[in-house]
Amino acid sequence: MPQLLLELFSEEIPARMQAQAARDLERMARERLAEQGFLPEAMTAFAGPRRLTLVIEGLPEAQADRTEERKGPRVGSPEKAMEGFLRSTGLTLDQLVDQDGVWFARIERKGRPTPEIIAEMVEAIVRNFPWPKSMTWGRGTLRWVRPLKRIVCLFDGAVVPFAIDGIESGDVTEGHRFMGVAKPFRVKDFDSYRDGLAAHFVVLDPEERKARIIDAARTLCFARNLELVEDEGLLAEVSGLAEWPTPVLGDMDPAFLDLPPEVIRTSMRTHQKYFAVRDPATGGLAPHFITVANIQAADGGAAIAAGNAKVLSARLSDARFFWDEDRKLKLEDRLEKLKGVTFHAKLGTLSERVGRITDLARRLAPLVGADPEAAAQAARLAKADLVTGMVGEFPELQGLMGGYYATAEGLPASVAAAIRDHYKPQGPGDDLPAGPEGAALALADKFDSLTGFFGIDEKPTGSRDPYALRRSALGVIRIVLEGQIRLPLREIAGDDLLAFFADRLKVLLRDQGKRHDLVDAVFALGDDDLVRIVARVEALNGFLTTEDGANLLAGYKRATNILRAEEKKGAMPSGPAVAMAGAPTAELALVQALSSAEPAVAGALLQEDFVAAMQALSGLRGPVDAFFEDVLVNAEDPAERDNRLRLLIQVRDAMGRVADFSLVTG
Amino acid sequence: MSSEKPLSFQGLILKLHDYWSRQGCVILQPHDVEVGAGTLHPATVLRALGPKPWRAAYVQPSRRPADGRYGENPNRLQHYYQYQVILKPNPDDLQDLYLGSLEAIGLDTRLHDIRFVEDDWENPTVGAWGLGWEVWCDGMEVTQYTYFQQVGGVDVWPVAGELTYGLERLAMYLQGVDHFTDLAFNDPDGPAPMTYGDVFLENERQQSTANFDGYDVATLKRQFEDMEIQVPRLLAMQGPQGQAIVLPAYDHVLKASHLFNLMDARGAIAVAERQSYIGRIRDLTKMCAEAWVANEGGNG
Repeated sequence: MPQLLLELFSEEIPARMQAQAARDLERMARERLAEQGFLPEAMTAFAGPRRLTLVIEGLPEAQADRTEERKGPRVGSPEKAMEGFLRSTGLTLDQLVDQDGVWFARIERKGRPTPEIIAEMVEAIVRNFPWPKSMTWGRGTLRWVRPLKRIVCLFDGAVVPFAIDGIESGDVTEGHRFMGVAKPFRVKDFDSYRDGLAAHFVVLDPEERKARIIDAARTLCFARNLELVEDEGLLAEVSGLAEWPTPVLGDMDPAFLDLPPEVIRTSMRTHQKYFAVRDPATGGLAPHFITVANIQAADGGAAIAAGNAKVLSARLSDARFFWDEDRKLKLEDRLEKLKGVTFHAKLGTLSERVGRITDLARRLAPLVGADPEAAAQAARLAKADLVTGMVGEFPELQGLMGGYYATAEGLPASVAAAIRDHYKPQGPGDDLPAGPEGAALALADKFDSLTGFFGIDEKPTGSRDPYALRRSALGVIRIVLEGQIRLPLREIAGDDLLAFFADRLKVLLRDQGKRHDLVDAVFALGDDDLVRIVARVEALNGFLTTEDGANLLAGYKRATNILRAEEKKGAMPSGPAVAMAGAPTAELALVQALSSAEPAVAGALLQEDFVAAMQALSGLRGPVDAFFEDVLVNAEDPAERDNRLRLLIQVRDAMGRVADFSLVTG
Repeated sequence: MSSEKPLSFQGLILKLHDYWSRQGCVILQPHDVEVGAGTLHPATVLRALGPKPWRAAYVQPSRRPADGRYGENPNRLQHYYQYQVILKPNPDDLQDLYLGSLEAIGLDTRLHDIRFVEDDWENPTVGAWGLGWEVWCDGMEVTQYTYFQQVGGVDVWPVAGELTYGLERLAMYLQGVDHFTDLAFNDPDGPAPMTYGDVFLENERQQSTANFDGYDVATLKRQFEDMEIQVPRLLAMQGPQGQAIVLPAYDHVLKASHLFNLMDARGAIAVAERQSYIGRIRDLTKMCAEAWVANEGGNG
């Protein structure tokens, strides 16, 4: 079946937008084809620096004929209604069908030739493409990410003719900007297109460009006994910056290696988009870099390597300037400057924020086993690096530079490490702050922004979380759980935030495969100690997977159903059940079981041994089952009935101390 | 670089003048008011607006008081030159024309790695933005390439293509020197060779001193306000053909903008004040932009 080849050729598309553009192109085509009743066999989209390409396999030559059935007025409706219906369908009265007293029209729709549909589809896609930013150019009104130059549109080997804002579709595309003959060439189908591009020094498939970069970069390193520092994000970016990506190894002045390695890597990565290179013997950075050029130069890349080395040198000279200048002033002496920096219009200056974090870090220190004065000192200095030259240049080095500068001025190692780590963890894969002072400061920093932004009603909503509060909350949770830190969260954060933490914890536990209904069941008890909550959830999770647990849950539900029904009727009996003379064995057994389970549960809870508490509960399972089996709760004798209700209340309450089982599903 | 002798600093300018002159550009001289960037020359900011076609190229001395380093930093100066090209509407082959200019100044695009890297230009003080790239040559930014979309808060249509070459950096690259003072300003083999340092090092030293420590802040502040007052006053006037008096008004916006930069270099602008100053300059520019468009007979 015929193939469609579409290429939208433009000036350079921002690298960061390419992958999404390919997905959008495919999605939009799929949706529009589906509307027309097409279900192609295969669709593939590619994006590169200058083109978006879509190839669709297995489209029919024309749309199938379709019959549309439309319901009309009832038989015998006024003339006017009939006329309107006939006019709208284009039929005459004798062509309508009477179906149970209602007129129906069957309209035959002739399938249209596929190219006609494609032409409309392409125009709709081009005019509605969801670029994050788009522009107009020249005297045109069309919007595209950068000027759109050509459209190749071939169906079954023939051009689908149309024009969008003066750009006519055709079968001509262009190869590499600088390599080869750089003349436009004709294509006839996808194979000739892809091969033609390759012959004109363009690798169409981004995955192939990535593989080419990695292979060549590794080879360059191998030849010099070096190791590539791999970087997925950078690879994706540079593969969107070159149609014929060609890694080139360049040299860096080894004198720069005395700069912190993070500074070198950040400078290479953010300013120059270079890969760093490691010395396998030392594991440290080697004085080289790899840049990914867009051309294979006649001199083997010598001029490119030399030019890039010069630029890197200038960049690192700047970095060295900041490194040297910044160390001339102590962090302490920068605090004054924080008074002039606004953190948030409603939350005051950075200096005020530092004051709050310092108090909080001192308060939290004993809870995490940190020295309060060291934690407070680290907190006071934690934001001073924001007004250094280096962090001004490389904001992503905040914290880290503060740590370096603290070390340089001879502050205690624990203070320097706490400053360095206080933004950690930045994501689920990131490390936690090292040391108790680090934990105290990291918690204080996160609590201050959480309480601050919640206080001014800047809570995250939907996908909007401009102050990364979800990440902060998750950071707190990870520090607390992994460090087994016992915090009075309600007291520090307040009820509003506590609910937010509960939500985050639920997400975290769900990601670990835990049931979120169990989190609800435990949170409902009103506890605010995350360590205890998670221990309880885990014990509960284990308990409910046992046969005893599952059956006891069923018994609990039965008990609560009965109690709920009875509560509607009137006042419930109070006090503990007693062993009534002449009571059935099962009832006496449950009284007995409760009298031993209740103190056992209470004791275990006191020890925070939730597994033991669950075990104590599981002793109730047999008696509860037997009770429901043999005993009628609604006895005729009111005394008997009340005693049995008391028993059920006792079962519910005993279990309720461990978790709110009513929130456990299934 | 080619095997031929690289261009001197002034040789580079002459080559670009020659090249863009052949593309139909009016070769202008620098505007005679201090500006922070070549874009701010009225030949770009104002001429980008309105329906009339326009092609111009010029060198513009640019002053960024806070960037001064007393001539010690190899590539940071408080006074440097930008080469500015504006073509309105942008021709379809603007990218090719631009690459032609690189060839003209001796950059072999088969030997050097030229890339167009996303960089969306914006200048909040003049309420302007556009989409385009930084053009990289072997990893160095040599040009800012922008399709103007808005200036002074007014849509630009037809769209103007703007190119800004950083001349010192480009010349350092072509000549293979590491410090701006070592650039050959004129022909190093000529009868009276001069380096960039010979011509401008003293200026960097003196100006840096004045910028960082010299100016009286209270005076700068007052001068800013004096300039600010003139703008609406001039715009309210009418010229002999009934037009708004935009060009003189805009000159005063530039003066105010430069005074703001001087205050900034003196460290006299608190963070909170900063936005307010920028907002004031932007509002003045917007008034000029709107008056210009009205003079030109509407937009687009």
